[in-house]
Amino acid sequence: MPVSKIDREKRAKCLAGTGVTKVFGVGNARNVAVDHVDFDFREGEIISIVGESGSGKTTLSKMILGLISVTEGEIEYQGKPRDIKSHAKKKEYWKGIQAIFQDPFSSYNMFNKIDSVLLDCINMRGGRSLPKAEKEAMMTEACSFVNLKYAELTNKYPFELSGGQMQRLMIARIFLLKPKILLADEPTSMIDACSRATILDMLLKLRDEINMTIIFITHDIGLAYYVSDMVYIMEQGKFVEVGTADEVILNPKADYTKRLISDVPKIHEEWDLSTV
Amino acid sequence: MKNQLKQVFHSPRFVIGFVIFVFMLGMAVLYPLLVPGDPLEMVASSSYPPGTYISLADTLESKQYGLDLDITATRLNKLISQEDKDAMVLWLTKYRGIAEEDIPVEDSVEMVHFWNEHYDPEVEQKGLTNAKRQYYRRLASRMATILETKDIIIATKNPETGALEESNTISFNTYTNVKDIASRRNFVLGTDNFGRDVLKELTHAVGTSLKMGLLAGVIATLIGLTLGLLSGYLGGLVDDIIMFVTNLFTVIPSFVLIILISFSVSQSARGVMLVGVIIGLTSWTWTTRSVRSQVISLRNRDHVNLSKLSGHSLPRIIVQDILPYIASYVVMALILQISSAILAEAQLSMLGLGPSTTKVATLGLMMNWAMTAQAPLAGRWWAFLPIILSIALITFSLNLMNTGLDQVFNPQLRD
Repeated sequence: MPVSKIDREKRAKCLAGTGVTKVFGVGNARNVAVDHVDFDFREGEIISIVGESGSGKTTLSKMILGLISVTEGEIEYQGKPRDIKSHAKKKEYWKGIQAIFQDPFSSYNMFNKIDSVLLDCINMRGGRSLPKAEKEAMMTEACSFVNLKYAELTNKYPFELSGGQMQRLMIARIFLLKPKILLADEPTSMIDACSRATILDMLLKLRDEINMTIIFITHDIGLAYYVSDMVYIMEQGKFVEVGTADEVILNPKADYTKRLISDVPKIHEEWDLSTV
Repeated sequence: MKNQLKQVFHSPRFVIGFVIFVFMLGMAVLYPLLVPGDPLEMVASSSYPPGTYISLADTLESKQYGLDLDITATRLNKLISQEDKDAMVLWLTKYRGIAEEDIPVEDSVEMVHFWNEHYDPEVEQKGLTNAKRQYYRRLASRMATILETKDIIIATKNPETGALEESNTISFNTYTNVKDIASRRNFVLGTDNFGRDVLKELTHAVGTSLKMGLLAGVIATLIGLTLGLLSGYLGGLVDDIIMFVTNLFTVIPSFVLIILISFSVSQSARGVMLVGVIIGLTSWTWTTRSVRSQVISLRNRDHVNLSKLSGHSLPRIIVQDILPYIASYVVMALILQISSAILAEAQLSMLGLGPSTTKVATLGLMMNWAMTAQAPLAGRWWAFLPIILSIALITFSLNLMNTGLDQVFNPQLRD
């Protein structure tokens, strides 16, 4: 359900960037991963950032999350310049922005039990002093939201779950944290097609429930069209095309976008591998 | 974790290493309990070979048994050494012109008869030094009486008159039971140059060396781990400073450093544990380097990012999200550090710069004592061979355990 253009202007500014740049290395090894990109994400929107491997999507997402420093440029959070200098400020920022990573198998500390992952979220929302029963009720609610049974998960280690279950648990984590912005870095690329639809549905349901902005990082332009309001096409560290999903996918202007769209395999046509 | 522990004990290398190590450890712990006493007590007056030593005086006092055994041949084999035999053959062929085949070398009794028959000191012995001539004369006088089996009379001095009075007679078929003798001592590995029981000394030395190695290993691993974690996780300026210091220590060979520090500490203050601390303080560099590279590859993993997003503090992330992942690696590094610390102490003590103490023995000090007493030249193998074996077994077992662990934690290495 893409939001219309007029509707979009009314929405509050959530996260915006001007001239955001990331440079790795110096001298000969200098590598510009993200090159002066501008973006403007509004509240409640679903945004897709689409690009090939190595186009700088993940670097941009880490800058947005504040996990790596920004070489140049400004990021505004809720209309004010972002301040994440101290650990306390960072913690405050991360209450508003959270992430789901690509590989569920490496997203968990394999030495900690599942309960501790969920308890961390409750503690972060200021629920450290809640009675034990209440904490358990919250965890049970979060698990049932993603169709998992808390009673079966408690006291288990993450590696005892399947990939789909792990990724669902990640969504349960977001459910407990209720952030303003969720950054999903290819959340379905490591999971089979069946679980993929379930997970996307859960994310959309969660968005409706807590009016959260979702930023999808993906290389799958079909998925981007299916879920998003705004699409950002990224090539070699730059946005080559920005617009609503309909504009970008149905009327692509940049060559790169056209190529991305033509590269999507179609089941009912014979694949032409000679151009690859 | 439980599963991994199971796998560790299914690795044959680890199990062999572990068994050897437990054996050495058990020896160091149990032997002093079973045989208490000061390990450095000087019981003998010199270095004696391994064996059971019984008091001669007690033998005379003990109960006598009469056994009718022909002991001439066995006695002669003990009394006439191979050297004597060779000398006899040489003399007979050279100065008597007897062919070697005609000399009954195999039968000692025949040999003595043959020698007594043919030896003549008056024969011209060309090319023989005076000392050699004396030696043959002594040999001949020994051989002349060696076959006689006379009773031995024991006499005691009368305290009043000073005259000798016969108190006991021992004939050649008189025996005594070793169990009856009150004063006897079994030196399994003989005694060293100071007359100390080598086995007792060795078990204590293994214990002290292991303790010292553990101290040095723990110090080196702790320093290496802390610096490696900090420099790998924080990066930037901290990394640059730590790596600068680490490189400085790597460039100077640590053994030279150990020698210099040991030399500058006064002789009296240099105890075993101080040497352990010195070794530990100089050998942390490679632990730092390897921990750092492991941490660098870990710090960008998703689970660390997730932990950051959950608002965890830096110490908590290091302890909970990094440390468990390199724990197995650190244990392996610790094992290698212990083994190299034991070797370093042995090297240092061989140079005379090891712990200076007269209260405890270490493996290195025992080697040093054996060397200064010239045990290898004198052929006193029991003074140095068991020590070399102990050092080799300990370091071998530790290294074997290390490769066994390596195989379990790096499945690529499994064959």
